Amino acid sequence: MAAEMEPPPLGNAGETDFRELEDGEDLFVSTVTTLEYPEPSSPEPASLPAEDISINSNGPKQKDVSFDDDPEDLFAEATEEVSLDSPEREPILSDGPSPAITPVTPTTMLTPRMDLGAADMFERSLDEIEEDNNGDTFDIHIAVSDPEKVGDGMNAYMGYKVTTKTSMTIFNKNETTVRRRFSDFLGLHSKLASKYLHIGYIVPPAPEKSIVGMTKVKVGKEDLSSAEFVEKRRSALERYLMRTVKHPVLLKDPDVIMFLESSELPRAVSTQALSGAGILRMVNKAADAVNKMTIKMNESDAWFEEKHQQFENLDLQLRKLHASVESLVCHRKELSVNTASFAKSAAMLGNSEDHTALSRALSQLAEVEEKIDRLHQDQAYADFYLFSELLGDYVRLITAVKSVFDQRMKTWSKWQDTQLLLQKKRESEAKLQFANKPDKLQQAKDEIKEVRSTLEGKVEQGEKDFELISKTIRKEVSRFEKERVKDFKAVIIKYLESLVQTQQQLIKYWEAFLPEAKAIA
Amino acid sequence: MNLILNPTLDEAPPLRTHRGIVTSHDFLTTPPAAAMMQEGLDDGPDFLSEEDRGPRAVNVDLQTDATLQVDISDALSERDKVKFTVHTKSTLPNFKQNEFSVVRQHEEFIWLHDSFVENEEYAGYIIPPAPPRPDFDASREKLQKLGEGEGSMTKEEFTKMKQELEAEYLAIFKKTVAMHEVFLCRVAAHPVLRKDLNFHVFLEYNQDLSVRGKNKREKMEDFFKNVVKSADGVLVAGVKDVDDFFEHEKTFLLEYHNRVKDASAKSDRMIRSHKSAADDINRIASTLYTLGTQDSTDVCKFFLKVSELFEKTRKIEARVAADEDLKLADLLKYYLRESQAAKDLLYRRGRALVDYENANKALDKARAKNKDVLQAETSQQVCCQKFEKISESAKQELIDFKTRRVAAFRKNLVELAELELKHAKGNLQLLQSCLGVLKGDT
Repeated sequence: MAAEMEPPPLGNAGETDFRELEDGEDLFVSTVTTLEYPEPSSPEPASLPAEDISINSNGPKQKDVSFDDDPEDLFAEATEEVSLDSPEREPILSDGPSPAITPVTPTTMLTPRMDLGAADMFERSLDEIEEDNNGDTFDIHIAVSDPEKVGDGMNAYMGYKVTTKTSMTIFNKNETTVRRRFSDFLGLHSKLASKYLHIGYIVPPAPEKSIVGMTKVKVGKEDLSSAEFVEKRRSALERYLMRTVKHPVLLKDPDVIMFLESSELPRAVSTQALSGAGILRMVNKAADAVNKMTIKMNESDAWFEEKHQQFENLDLQLRKLHASVESLVCHRKELSVNTASFAKSAAMLGNSEDHTALSRALSQLAEVEEKIDRLHQDQAYADFYLFSELLGDYVRLITAVKSVFDQRMKTWSKWQDTQLLLQKKRESEAKLQFANKPDKLQQAKDEIKEVRSTLEGKVEQGEKDFELISKTIRKEVSRFEKERVKDFKAVIIKYLESLVQTQQQLIKYWEAFLPEAKAIA
Repeated sequence: MNLILNPTLDEAPPLRTHRGIVTSHDFLTTPPAAAMMQEGLDDGPDFLSEEDRGPRAVNVDLQTDATLQVDISDALSERDKVKFTVHTKSTLPNFKQNEFSVVRQHEEFIWLHDSFVENEEYAGYIIPPAPPRPDFDASREKLQKLGEGEGSMTKEEFTKMKQELEAEYLAIFKKTVAMHEVFLCRVAAHPVLRKDLNFHVFLEYNQDLSVRGKNKREKMEDFFKNVVKSADGVLVAGVKDVDDFFEHEKTFLLEYHNRVKDASAKSDRMIRSHKSAADDINRIASTLYTLGTQDSTDVCKFFLKVSELFEKTRKIEARVAADEDLKLADLLKYYLRESQAAKDLLYRRGRALVDYENANKALDKARAKNKDVLQAETSQQVCCQKFEKISESAKQELIDFKTRRVAAFRKNLVELAELELKHAKGNLQLLQSCLGVLKGDT
């Protein structure tokens, strides 16, 4: 029974595994956790720093030896396929450390080897499994606050305080506070993206850079727009972190934990637009765009076709909605300004009116309008922070989803290319069979055979990768949809509540004014 | 006479106003009458104002004055002109019948107004301000743009926008009708002006008055006249008045006029922003609807419900803007014009005063030189009479003006507050019921 094994049957047991095995229940659960994402031993190896790769690659092999005979070892066969240095890994990386993940077992391989105990685990719904992360329920709250300008002139930056409150055991303390700057957030995102995006995880995108906004802040303009900019950014950073930790896999990523806990973080220089890494990123993006156009994929899975289309539609509509909401915010702000100026004008009119009661009523009107102008302003803020920003976040998230779909396409294409290559090699091997060069023949035959078998291995790997990424995407999409539904429902309700409040206030103000108007004699 | 006048828009149900406002207007390609009849804003009795459906939209105390009742019973909007059907009921002997109607156009109203202004006899009265020209240009432009952009939007969006524009057109139309009517009613209610011969001709003569619009030369003349007048006005205003009442009125009116102008402009801007915000909500509603129909998850119900909600609240918001326009903006605009008319009265009086003083000086000079004394005396007498006549009526007119103004403001401010309350409560109810449904769902 898999449950009875001390270290989880999965290879790549790092130190973190043992940390989690604090009590018997944890063991089961952590095993289950790994089963939840059976393809990569992703929680585990991801939590290992890059330098440990070489150790890991040995690890599974070692374990392999001991479990080899165990028919119930679900992953025995899987561990053979660990090859961290496979050449196809490299082109996928954009920047950052090389991923420590290797897909271990495609699901298809698992089923024939499952015994009853393991089958039970699989039957548990994924929902339950997610809740049972290490026996902790998802309980973490991150706040980004206290933006403070550090430094002066063009080298100045905004430092933000990041406070993490949690009861989860993967964190060292229940409450941690660190200071981070914007490029730190970008650095975190780029590391996560490089690790997870190409295997199909939807990594939440970081807030966008804004040269104009930041320059204003740097230059020291202490006006309303730069304060608004800082607040907008602060809120976006908070949402970004919360989204990232809501992802059960990303939550356990060591980079994330380090970001939240360690007091010093190495400067993420590669996030600067004009750095070497930045330029490399841009080149890669261009290359990707070109590739996307040239890859014509045979979609055998209708689900993907459907989902892809759905996301395209959603993207379109969300963008439209976002634009309309932004326009509403703009007009409401305008309304607020105009109401304020009308209020002043009405006050002046009231002053010059020589009939006392009417004069008083007009002044009252001016006051009411002034209050209403503030009301409009508040409503505009609500419009913006609740509605508009959410939509903006989702527009960006959908871009991440679409890129994940693209990754799948790339994986497929790679697989197909390898297959084509294999085909060619097989043909040349067959040709050699019928060639009339006896002395060179054996040598050539051996070479070809070697190449062919490596290629065969690669093709299999490619297929597994493809199926793996497909499976991951399915799960990710369903998780994403759930999150989306939750987010939108919550925001819509909050937004409507803000509208309700506005109307209630309006009623109060006008009710106060009415008797004044009636009192004009 | 207790007149409470200000232009109010009759908010009768869409299909048939009590005046049977018909418009035959080629609205893009839709059948005109049917198209115009739809009022996109209305949605059941809550949104209709409880304004008097009686013969008068304007609260003129006509019960005691059945001798002359004037109203605009019908109006027809053609391509570039509006034809008003002026309906008169009178027991006065001057008219051939007791009840009759004629068709008049805007230029004829202007002619009537100008004839009052140019009549020396009426120098001592506040001449009711002329109604503004019916201006459908903006609306027409928007319609045109809509027609051009037809291809780029979905059918629902197109029909919605068309409905809105039609409603806007209808609103402007009703407003212009009301303004013309108010002008006539003011004249009819004025004890002296109602007896004016031109007015009777205007009311009764059922042929075209052959009043042509001013040609270019006349317009230039007008322009110069205005320049001279304003220069003169400055001179005259500089003369200190002996009478405290008029001195006070002068300063008051000057300041008041300027401030009303400012308030009117600002209220216009405010209402425009309000309308733009309502338009945005409209777009949001339709996008939400599309999202709701496309979405396969739980949240589609939310989208659809909120889309429905926003459709309704947008209508209310548009109504709020429209009511603010009527009760506040129009009120301010009207009093802008009336205060100008009052200023004109003061100017005329001031002019008469200057003339009187000049005549006095001339008389003194003549007496000193003992030359043309009689002539100077008569001219002085004339000026004196003129001045005193104007002063007397002007005083009464200005007092009436104040009474009217206070009453109009009171009525409109009260109605504004009541309407704002009604709409806010309506909005609140919609929002709360939607929230209830949505919260129950989650």
